[in-house]
Amino acid sequence: MKLKTILLGAAAAFAVAPAAMAERGADGHVGVIYWQAPSIPSPYLSGGTKDGDAASVVIEPLARYNENGEMVPFLAEGIPTVANGGVAEDLMSVTWKLKSGIKWSDGSDLTAADVQFTAEYCMHPEGGCAQLASFDGVDKVEALDDLTVKITFKKPMPNPYGPFVGGQTPIIQKAQFANCMGAKAQECTDQNFYPIGTGPFMVKEFKPNDVIQYVANPNYRDPAKPAFATLTLKGGGDATGAGRAVMETGEYDIAWNLQLAPDVLAKMAEGGKGEARSAFGTLVERLEMNLTNPDPKLPPETRSTREEPHPFLTDMRVRKALSMAIDRNLLVEIGYGKAGRATCNLVPNPAIYASDNTECLTQDIEGAKALLDEAGWTDSDGDGVRDKDGMKLSILYQTSTNAVRQDFQALIKQWWAEIGVETELRNINASVFFGGDPGSPDTFQKFYADVEMYANNFDGTDPQAYLSMYRCDNEPQPDNQWNGQNINRFCDPEYDKLIDQLAATGDINERAALAKKMNEMLTKDTYTIVPLVDRGRVTGVSNTLGGFILNTWDNELWNAADWHRIK
Amino acid sequence: MLTFTIRRLVLSIPTLLFIALVIFLLLKLAPGDPTAQLPLTIPPEVKAKIREALGFDQPLYIQFLKWLRQVFWVEPRVLIDYLTNTSTLFGWLPDTDFYTPCGALAEGVCDQRVVSWSVARGAPVMDIIVQRLPQTLWVVGMAYVVGVLIAIPIGIYSAYRQYSVFDQAGTFITMIGFSIPPFFTGPLLIVIFSVQLGWFPFIYDTTHKVTDWDSFIYQLRQMIMPVMVLALQVTAQISRFMRSAMLDNLNQDYVRTARAKGLGEAVVVMVHVLRNSMIPVVTVIALLVPGIFGGAIITEVVFSVNGIGQLLITALFANDMPMVMTITFIFALLIVLFNLIADILYGVLDPRVRYD
Amino acid sequence: MTDPANTPLNALEEPEITRPPRSQWRDVWDQFSHHKGALMGGGFLVFITLAVMFGDFFWQVDPKKLDIRAKDFRPIYTVLWNSDAKVGWAHPLGSDNLGRDHLAQILAGGRTSMAVGWAAMILTMLIGTTIGVLAGFFKKIDGPLMRLTDLFLSLPILPLMLVAVTLFRQPLRAQFGVETGMFILIVGVIGVTSWMQTARIVRGDILALKEREFVLAARASGTTSRGIIFRHLLPNVLSPIMVSATLGLATAIITESSLSFLGVGFPSDFPTWGKMLADAVPRMQEFPERVMLPGVAISLTVLSVNYLGDGLRDALDPRIRGR
Repeated sequence: MKLKTILLGAAAAFAVAPAAMAERGADGHVGVIYWQAPSIPSPYLSGGTKDGDAASVVIEPLARYNENGEMVPFLAEGIPTVANGGVAEDLMSVTWKLKSGIKWSDGSDLTAADVQFTAEYCMHPEGGCAQLASFDGVDKVEALDDLTVKITFKKPMPNPYGPFVGGQTPIIQKAQFANCMGAKAQECTDQNFYPIGTGPFMVKEFKPNDVIQYVANPNYRDPAKPAFATLTLKGGGDATGAGRAVMETGEYDIAWNLQLAPDVLAKMAEGGKGEARSAFGTLVERLEMNLTNPDPKLPPETRSTREEPHPFLTDMRVRKALSMAIDRNLLVEIGYGKAGRATCNLVPNPAIYASDNTECLTQDIEGAKALLDEAGWTDSDGDGVRDKDGMKLSILYQTSTNAVRQDFQALIKQWWAEIGVETELRNINASVFFGGDPGSPDTFQKFYADVEMYANNFDGTDPQAYLSMYRCDNEPQPDNQWNGQNINRFCDPEYDKLIDQLAATGDINERAALAKKMNEMLTKDTYTIVPLVDRGRVTGVSNTLGGFILNTWDNELWNAADWHRIK
Repeated sequence: MLTFTIRRLVLSIPTLLFIALVIFLLLKLAPGDPTAQLPLTIPPEVKAKIREALGFDQPLYIQFLKWLRQVFWVEPRVLIDYLTNTSTLFGWLPDTDFYTPCGALAEGVCDQRVVSWSVARGAPVMDIIVQRLPQTLWVVGMAYVVGVLIAIPIGIYSAYRQYSVFDQAGTFITMIGFSIPPFFTGPLLIVIFSVQLGWFPFIYDTTHKVTDWDSFIYQLRQMIMPVMVLALQVTAQISRFMRSAMLDNLNQDYVRTARAKGLGEAVVVMVHVLRNSMIPVVTVIALLVPGIFGGAIITEVVFSVNGIGQLLITALFANDMPMVMTITFIFALLIVLFNLIADILYGVLDPRVRYD
Repeated sequence: MTDPANTPLNALEEPEITRPPRSQWRDVWDQFSHHKGALMGGGFLVFITLAVMFGDFFWQVDPKKLDIRAKDFRPIYTVLWNSDAKVGWAHPLGSDNLGRDHLAQILAGGRTSMAVGWAAMILTMLIGTTIGVLAGFFKKIDGPLMRLTDLFLSLPILPLMLVAVTLFRQPLRAQFGVETGMFILIVGVIGVTSWMQTARIVRGDILALKEREFVLAARASGTTSRGIIFRHLLPNVLSPIMVSATLGLATAIITESSLSFLGVGFPSDFPTWGKMLADAVPRMQEFPERVMLPGVAISLTVLSVNYLGDGLRDALDPRIRGR
């Protein structure tokens, strides 16, 4: 699992080993800016990235993924495997050993009971825990002794590293949250806002949707860390401002998620105070084709559901022609520069799962025209728009509001116009588009458009859950309050069989072969999903901040304990 | 005038209730679901439970009455408790205990406060609004004061010397200032003063506390750019109204009379004309005051001020009904209040305006 | 005053008036034409209106046409100080980061912005003045109308817009097409949410005016309420209305751009001045002309409306006229 990591600028920053001479809190203050502000520092009560990230410097999981996608133990002594006996032969259970001597920030000891409690907390049926998917298939979690915890599954788990691995499922303190189980979880404002943790920092002051101030945890396990006495996580503003504050004025040290055009980033980097670093993960910007009919004349019960197939996007040739007309390399050049790569895959990384599917990378306008002619779509009335049986090839194309996305829309609209497809563009505020409100007609789940564009990725390195989203009946529909994840309303019994097969397969190479096949079924075989760009994560980092490692398998703050000031 | 004021105050109560009802219904008309922000992995049954716990599924009138009770009965008690127990101003009063907090540890009857659904999950709405007050007042309030203080002399002098160089320049600058939106002036100031010159920080630090001279200077440095952007808009508007009102009055007969009876020019302009010109200006000034609490959204975003405007817009997009409802209601309260003040001032400025 | 005794009585014998009586509108025009700012403002306004209406006859480039090879052209005048700049007569005002021609965009954007600005401003003034006059003049409806104004003032504009867009976007789009439908929606929303200020100001002035002697005199001489309003009150509140109108035009143009910014306005490839300005802000250091051109266009339009308003006000004010 080798991951290509592009690190712009000085790699020297990592070479400095500060541990020997450092002292806790000696380097003063570090500032992180998120242009989306956290509203509750808990990954369990909020699915928002910003909220989980805000918690991750305070509460820690047993193990995390490092920048190469490999697991490194945090609170655990080591990674349990079948080889070392930590994972049972039948894949039915996994046993973790905790490091001894780890203390909570209030001075008490971390025990296996806390781990057990965390599982109970999240798996409580009334709690509304956001990380329930990580505990999928978990039968029970029990503390064998003070430092040993055993997780038993309901069925063999080829990948037993769901719970407590990665930033989304950290351990919370039993003593603090004991009264906050189930429906009461939401009411424990003090506990939720000021969690006690084992991480390098603890919350000093939390202002919802504005700023969090942290101070170094006096009981952190490494007496020399963290090097910073205080950390501020400022929220609000916009991506441009965040980039400026790090790279041009140096007010902050880290700027999160800079989805800005490459020339804008390059100009900011001229400020000389910092640089934009990027690394590739699994984030893919894609076009989703709606296989169902979004016509507003349809009643709300059937609009954009499988009962009403799309009038023309159900024709594979139309979808393929739309994909062929796109010049992905040009899109990358305009929108992402070095932080993007043209791709035809839904799963571009890790390498073992990535299919060698490159057919779509060359634009073929003539081929697309020929394909549409073949499908019977011709411009019979001479208005430049193809039609068939009195219906025009006219598409409503929606996405969230973002300068790069609007540039993409304009370019793609032009290419589609060249092949005789008329496009209406629509952009929707990101909070609404991704808000998931079943009452709003403008969410990406409702998909009241023919084509929509956004980016998605999967947590960790295993694509199983991600590929399982495209199961029949998992689509957003009125019955599930539009909460499904099969955005395209894709439905193929063959594909569903592969999902079940993948869930029962343990061997990594077989899994990879299956995943590749499923990826191709969604992309180059059907053009249901039209991937555009494999997007790197772009983070602005101050030149004076040492020890920062950009990690696409976890969040920006995963190694906050190791940060220090370069003097 | 006193009876007028009292009558208006009494009358404003049903008005406010009516406004609250209309806002409530309007917000209900808009699509919105508090559980929408919760991740998709949560099963619908759990979501239904959460919705129930928030009171989202209750009949509309129950929801409305509950909200009214919370705002007019529970919140004042919280305030009184705070004032007598912890505040420095009234801390000498005997401690009161009107409010029984709800929470994980609470037993028996407790007072449920207005609680945010998603923007500040689980926290009382009023606490968050109070948290946002300092930066809102420092930046937006100060911009307003500065803007008005600059605008009035500009307006007076521009009118007095109509078509002079000063008037022309003032008109030109204020109109350009007004027609350039803050999403341009903000970044422009940032590029000049933060990036090129490096004089001021542009990410507003809401945790900064003024304790001594140095921290006061820092506060000034961090607020100067947003204040400039906002004050430009205020100055432009008010100086235009001031100028036109002065022009209307400068040619009136009473001005000629005042001059004729030998009053000094300063007295004529600053007392007679100014007083008579203030009516439209007072209206504008009063009308724009409530805007302090919500009218600066773009500027707040550009400088990361995170004031009440930003709170309102985030709450809107996150379907945080209690938050939107409460902020909007405070807004309505201020508007009714300042309109009343304006109406009273009309009479003070111009005795011919009759209250009855 | 001269002593009447010394005045020759033959003054009475002077021949009849040599000139015909001047019409009121002639006087107004005379006064107006002496106002240089107003003339220039009016001239510019006519020019820019004609330019955005008929400009595309002379400059027949499609403002939405992308030409990625011709991206980031600078305006032709850049050559004056930088001979290496990427310029060309194909794009006299340069092109944007996707190669769209700036001149064509300014023309097309101007058409939308001006149309939205004027329509919304006129709507605002009509509603605002009507409500203000009625509330100020008729005591009975003053209370209800002002409470209505309070209600509208306290309505959060943004949710109102979101609700309006959700409810009316589809039907308007089906009825009038994407762009016209959006135009009606935007003008409607801006009009409905910004008349209150004008109404309050007009009402305040009317309240004071209606107790003045000339109104009382008019009333005593049996003038109808209608007559009093149109002949005596409206002309006297013209100047605050003019100022509101000027500011209203600018506000409408800018509000339109904030709406697109929030994703509830025109489609993203539909140019307007406000949106061009917003899009250009991240690159304002490298390509200052991209913010300057739409910015100057908005400012000049607002300025010229302002000067025009000044001139009209002076011209319509009988106290100033003839000075």
